[in-house]
Amino acid sequence: MHVIRVHQLTKRFKALTAVDGVSFEVEQGELFGLLGPNGAGKTTLLRMLTTLLQPSSGSAFVAGYDVTKARNQVRACIGIVFQEPALDRQLTGRENLDFHARMYGLNACERRARITEVLALVELTDRADELVEHYSGGMQRRLEIARGLINCPQVLFLDEPTLGLDTQTRRRIWDYIRAMNREHGTTIVLTTHYKEEADALCDRVGIMDRGKIVALDTPKRLKELIGADVVTLEVESGDYQVLARQPWVHSAISHDGRLTLSVDSGERKIPLLMEVAHQHGIKVNSVELHKPSLEDVFLRFTGATIRERHAEENARPWRPRRH
Amino acid sequence: MRTVSLQAVHMLWLREMKRTWRAKSRIIGSLMMPLFFLLFLGSGFRRAALPGVPAGVDYLSFLIPGVVGMTLLFSSTFGGLQVLWDKEFGFLKEIMVTPVSRFSIVLGRLAGASTIAIGQSLAILLSTLPLGFRVTSIWGALLGGVFMLLIAFTFIGMGLAFASRMKDMHGFQIVFNFVVFPVFFLSGALFPIKNLPSLLRPLAYVDPLTYGVDGLRGALVGAPAMPLGLDLAILGAFCAGVLLLSSLLFETSDVGH
Repeated sequence: MHVIRVHQLTKRFKALTAVDGVSFEVEQGELFGLLGPNGAGKTTLLRMLTTLLQPSSGSAFVAGYDVTKARNQVRACIGIVFQEPALDRQLTGRENLDFHARMYGLNACERRARITEVLALVELTDRADELVEHYSGGMQRRLEIARGLINCPQVLFLDEPTLGLDTQTRRRIWDYIRAMNREHGTTIVLTTHYKEEADALCDRVGIMDRGKIVALDTPKRLKELIGADVVTLEVESGDYQVLARQPWVHSAISHDGRLTLSVDSGERKIPLLMEVAHQHGIKVNSVELHKPSLEDVFLRFTGATIRERHAEENARPWRPRRH
Repeated sequence: MRTVSLQAVHMLWLREMKRTWRAKSRIIGSLMMPLFFLLFLGSGFRRAALPGVPAGVDYLSFLIPGVVGMTLLFSSTFGGLQVLWDKEFGFLKEIMVTPVSRFSIVLGRLAGASTIAIGQSLAILLSTLPLGFRVTSIWGALLGGVFMLLIAFTFIGMGLAFASRMKDMHGFQIVFNFVVFPVFFLSGALFPIKNLPSLLRPLAYVDPLTYGVDGLRGALVGAPAMPLGLDLAILGAFCAGVLLLSSLLFETSDVGH
């Protein structure tokens, strides 16, 4: 059953189309990821799905309710963890959860049970009665995840759940997300610009760039599109297109002074590439070999890496807020 | 969207009480200004005969309702503008994403901020007891309570209306400098509005606090400049208008980043 159905969803701000005719479905119980750089439109898309932003056109149904017409019903069925912290720092962790539970109309008995349960899930029981302003960033994030679960949502939306957290904390958050998904059957939709996160966590990943979903499949199948190995050459001078034309090169993309080739058994192809480069007077500065990652998939579909897109985004003189 | 969830209103009120209790020093600090006004203006002008002050009323008794009005004005506007604080710290999104109607959120804010504003102005009134101030009658006290509530709601609504169209905390300063202080000085809280230059006097009559302070003066001291019924009617109309406007604006406001 599709718990989320999105059809041609579009959001236009004055000069900018943040989300551009996006369509996809999410299955009940799925862990679904949207991968893309900052500014790709992920957060805007999430804000429309969570009724915080009105779409310009297109339609979206969450848990069977139209996000534009049945906002309160949608809200009652979902949980959200925002990108930026949204906690009352002058309240304790438990009080923040209690606030949320009461806003969702839970009675005293349900509240006590749910708060105990979600605190245990994110291992904050011991610190629950401290003011949130004394929490670390990771603890705040865990508390927000716990809060998103208070109302037993059918779908939990997580916007960049591990942004700015250290590796260890990130892995713990991943464990909680998996636990919610597997043990409680909660459908999860998350956005991220970390390819490892999308790869490690998600059943299916939609790759988003400039307001569009450019590819959508399981991480495994997306990486299979690339082939066996990826060789990236940093070329200083010479007509490097000749390297791309070798018969054993499956595909090639040049971007930002680099040439990314997909080949089989890359460790054997590097000497061959060097030979061809030498023959044609191409000066190569560095060579890198790796197994395909979702970053390569992104590159394949957009012609740039996620990092390059971030650089573009930051280089813009005026950066509109997208949400 | 129009349904009211009493549980949510109660929760929003409770949150306000907890936050206030935890910031006791700030609340006590905010009482200092009205107390200074009372002590220094009240004692400094004690012997001055101000034209326009009704005969038989000393300046301190004239001033006390004004300072109560001022306390209500500052505290209520601040309470309404607290939404900006929630915007800044992202908590407004957390409130807005719950299935509670925005109208309930407005009511919760009114309940919390008015409790604090009226609590503060009662504290000011209590502090005037040692100065020899006495309320004339029980009916006066009750009527005074009605005026206090109307003043509080009017300016919470005003703060809320501004906050729903502003982006960040700079709004606090703008509203205080360009709205709250003029409203205060034009209201006749410190001197009779008859003494204002004729150019400014019309402005005093479109200032809701003018009717609030005059009403308080009538209720607490028994010396209003206008009929009390008129004060009550005009302030009530202002209050209803502002509340309607602010809930409409809040209904369509955006939630911040």
